[in-house]
Amino acid sequence: MLDKKIYDMPKSTDLAWCPGCGNFPILNIVKVALAELDIPPQNVVICSGIGQAAKAPHYLRVNYFNGLHGRALPPAIAIKVANPRLTVIAESGDGDTYGEGGNHFLHTIRRNPDIVNIVHNNMIYGLTKGQASPTSEKGLKNPIQTEGVIVEPFNPLAVALALGATFVARVFSGDVTQAKEIVKAAIRHKGYALVDILQPCVVFNKQNTYQWFKEKTYYVDENYDQTDKSQALDIAFDLERLALGIIYQSEGRPTYETLTRAGDAPLYKMKPDRKALQNLIEKYK
Amino acid sequence: MKRFSGDISLVLGGAAGQGVQTVEALLVAVLKREGYNVFACKEYMSRIRGGSNSTSIRITDKKQSAFVKRIDFLFAMDRDVIPHLQERITENTILFGEREKVCKVSGECHIVNVPFAQFVRELGNPIYTSTVTVGVALGLLGADEEIFETYLREHFARKGEAVVQKNIEAARKGYAFGKHLAYHEGIEVHLVKDKAVADEILLDGTEALGLGALAAGCNYISSYPMSPGTGLLTFLAQQGKNFDVVVDQAEDEIAAINQGLGAWYAGARAIVTTSGGGFDLMTEGISLSGMIETPIVVHIGQRPGPATGLPTRTEQGDLNLVLHSGHGEFPRAIFAPGTPAEAFFVTQQAFYIADKYQMPVFILTDQHFLDSVTNLPKNILQNVKFKNHIVKTMADYKRYTLTKDGISPRGVPDYGEGLVGVDSDEHDEEAHITENAGTRVAMHEKRLRKIFGACDEALKPSEIGDVKKSKTLIICWGSNFGVVQEALRILAGDDVAGLHFAQVYPLPKNAKKLFAKKKIIVLENNSSGQFANLLKLEYGVKITKNILKYDGAPFSVEEVVQKLKQILLDEAL
Ligand SMILES: Cc1ncc(C[n+]2csc(CCOP(=O)(O)OP(=O)(O)O)c2C)c(N)n1
Ligand SMILES: [Mg+2]
Repeated sequence: MLDKKIYDMPKSTDLAWCPGCGNFPILNIVKVALAELDIPPQNVVICSGIGQAAKAPHYLRVNYFNGLHGRALPPAIAIKVANPRLTVIAESGDGDTYGEGGNHFLHTIRRNPDIVNIVHNNMIYGLTKGQASPTSEKGLKNPIQTEGVIVEPFNPLAVALALGATFVARVFSGDVTQAKEIVKAAIRHKGYALVDILQPCVVFNKQNTYQWFKEKTYYVDENYDQTDKSQALDIAFDLERLALGIIYQSEGRPTYETLTRAGDAPLYKMKPDRKALQNLIEKYK
Repeated sequence: MKRFSGDISLVLGGAAGQGVQTVEALLVAVLKREGYNVFACKEYMSRIRGGSNSTSIRITDKKQSAFVKRIDFLFAMDRDVIPHLQERITENTILFGEREKVCKVSGECHIVNVPFAQFVRELGNPIYTSTVTVGVALGLLGADEEIFETYLREHFARKGEAVVQKNIEAARKGYAFGKHLAYHEGIEVHLVKDKAVADEILLDGTEALGLGALAAGCNYISSYPMSPGTGLLTFLAQQGKNFDVVVDQAEDEIAAINQGLGAWYAGARAIVTTSGGGFDLMTEGISLSGMIETPIVVHIGQRPGPATGLPTRTEQGDLNLVLHSGHGEFPRAIFAPGTPAEAFFVTQQAFYIADKYQMPVFILTDQHFLDSVTNLPKNILQNVKFKNHIVKTMADYKRYTLTKDGISPRGVPDYGEGLVGVDSDEHDEEAHITENAGTRVAMHEKRLRKIFGACDEALKPSEIGDVKKSKTLIICWGSNFGVVQEALRILAGDDVAGLHFAQVYPLPKNAKKLFAKKKIIVLENNSSGQFANLLKLEYGVKITKNILKYDGAPFSVEEVVQKLKQILLDEAL
C-alpha cells in the first residue's frame, strides 16, 4: 500500500472549491483508493471536462487531461486504447457528464473501455452559479427556472444499466470509508465502471443538502445480488429511497481496448512499417 | 472515317447501382496495365439507387490529370444518361447504348447500338454486364485482348475457375463486338503505349492520403462518416489492419476530435477525417488543440455548402472555415494537395508539422480530388523522414516550459518519471489553471511564436511554366493543379505561367517575390475568392482577376482555357 501523501499537491496550492464543498472528500476518496491499490501517480491519467468537479485533477499529483466541457470521456477512451497499461479515470460533474457530454456517456458505455467514470453529482451547475443540471429534481428553483425545474431528471444509473454497463455504483461523498472501497472496486473492475457520487453543493443547492442525502440514502445489504440486473433496475428507478453501493456488476465482457487492438504495447513506441507499406503500394499496380 | 488520336475522353453513364464504378475500375486498371496513361474522375448523386451518375475516363499519350468537358465515346447504360450529360454531348460524340432504351431521349444524336440485354441473356446473368462493357470499350480502342484476359484471371482467381471462365467469355463477347463496331462505324483510335506506364501504380486521392498516413506512422483514427471524407476512414479500416491502426467510428465529430487529441496526448499519431459540416462540430477541438498544444491532423474533404449542400459534389469553399476555425488565437498549418503524389507527401508533412510544433494541422481536399484516379510511377512517392518528437520525462518535468521557439518538449504519460498534465484553461508551466495576467501573456506569446518555425518550413509553391519570364501568373491550390497545368500547356505562351500551392497556410515568406510586377489571376472553386483574399492579406499582392466556379462541378480544361484567353484579351495583359 502506497502512502496517500504521494498524491498530495504542495501545501501552497490554491483550491478553487468553496468551504464545506463535497468535492473535498471526493478528492480524498480518489487519493486513498489509488494508494490502497498501489498505483503510482505516473500510471494514472485523470480526464476531466469543465466545472468545479472537473478541476479535481489539478489537486492531486497524477497525469491529467483537463479538456473541454462535456468531453472527459472521448480522450479517456483514446488514452486507454493508446496505452492500456494506464489506469484511466474520467472525472467530472453531473452537468458535464450527463448534459453536455450526454452522447459520449451513452456511447462510451456501449464500447466498454476499462476506465472508471466518477461523476460528482451535486444536481446543479456549480461553476456557472446554480442553474439546473440534468439530475436536478423537478421543482428545484433556480435562476432560470424561477418557478422550479419543469422537466424530468436524467437517471444515470438506469441509463447505464440499459446500455449494458458492467459496473454501476452510487456512493455518497459524506461517507469516505465506504466510498473509497467502491471506487477501488471500480478501478479493479475490467470494463467501464460508473461511480455516481452524490454530493451536496452548499452554495447553490439548498434543496439537496447533507441532511437531505442522509435521510434519503441507504446501503444495499450484504445479501444483495449485484449480478441481478432487473433488481438493479428497480433500485435505479427508485427515486424516493436512494440506494448506495455497487448496484450492478458483471464480469467477462470484452473491453474496448482488447477489441480494437491486437496487443497492448503503448502506441508511443510504434514506428511506421515502411516495408509493409512498400508491399501495400505494390498492390496498386 | 472517324479518327481519334493521343487523347480520348470516354464517359460511362448510368443509374446508381448499375455498376458504372465497377466498369471504371476494371477499364482503368486494364488500360494502365496495357501501358496507357489514364485519368478518371466521377460525379454522382447523393442516392443509393437510380438517378444518373457518370465517370469520365481520359486515355492519353501524355500524362494528364484534369477533367475535360469533351466526350468522344459515351456509353449510356440507361435512358437518363443522355439528357443528364446533354451539355457535354456534341455532333462529334459517339454514343453507345441499347438503342430501344436510349433512342427516345437521344434527340439528334446517332446511337450505336450495343445489345447489352442480349449479351446478358446469352451469358445467363446480368452480373457480367460490367465485363462485357469493358470488353466493348477495349475492342473499340483496339487494346490488347490477352492482357485483358490475364487481368481477369488474376482479378477473379479468388472466386474460382467457373467465375473466371464466365468473365472471360463475357470479355471475349464484348471485345469482339467492340472490334466489330470500330470496323463497322469506321472508328480509328491511335494511342501510344508506354511500357513504363504498365509498371506504374494507380491511385485515387483517398488512397494516396491513406498511404501517406501509414507512411507517417498514423496509428489511430476516430471519425464519423461524412462524404467525401469517409473514404479515408474506410481505407484505414481496411488497409490499416496490417499496420495496427486503431479504428474508432465515433458517435459524432465532437467525440472524434476529442478522441484524436486524447490519442496524441498518450503518444499515438492520430488523424480525423470529415467534411465541412462535420468539421463545424469539431471546431471546439481545434481550439483545444491550440490551447493544450496537443497535435492533431484533420482531413477535410470539401463539398459545396452551406449546411448539407450538395453532398456528393465538389467545392473549395471551406478554406476560410479551416483558417479561422476555433475560438481564440493560436497557430495552425493547412495543406492542399493537387496530385496523389502530393497527397502522399503532404500527409506525412502534416504529421511532422503537427508533432513538431504541437498544433492542429489540416489537409484540405475535395470530392473531385478524392475520387480522381490516375497512374503514377511509384518512385515519385516521396517519404518524409520519420521522427517522433516525444521526450522521456524527468521527475521535475513541466509540460509547458517557456522556450525561445515556443516549443515545450512534449512528454507522454508512462514514459519517464514525470507527470504530464494538459489544461484547456489558461495555465502555468506545470499545466495548472491560472488567471495571472503575466503568465497569460507569456503563455499566449509562447504558443503564437511557434508559427515562425512552421512558416520557415512551409512548402514552396510548384511553378508551372516559366514563372520568371511571365507577365501574368495564374494561381491555384489543391485539386486545380492538373487543370491549370494543362490549360497553360495549351495556351503555351511565355507571358503566362502558374503557381500551385500545396500548402496554403502559413505561406512561405520567400514565395512572395514570385508575385512581383506580375498580373495575378487566382482560380478556385468557390464564389468569394478565399485564397485570393488570403494572398492579399499575407503577401499584400493585388489580384487582377478571379476565376471562380461554384456549381458543384470541377473546372474543365476547355473552360479554363477559354476563361484565361478571354481575360488575357480583355485586360490586354
Ligand atoms: C461549451 C461550453 N458551454 C458552457 C460552458 C460553461 N460551463 C462551465 S461548467 C458548466 C456546468 C458545470 O456543471 P457540472 O458539470 O455539474 O459541474 P459543477 O460545477 O457542478 O461541479 C457550464 C455550463 C463551458 N465551459 N463550455
Ligand atoms: Mg454539478
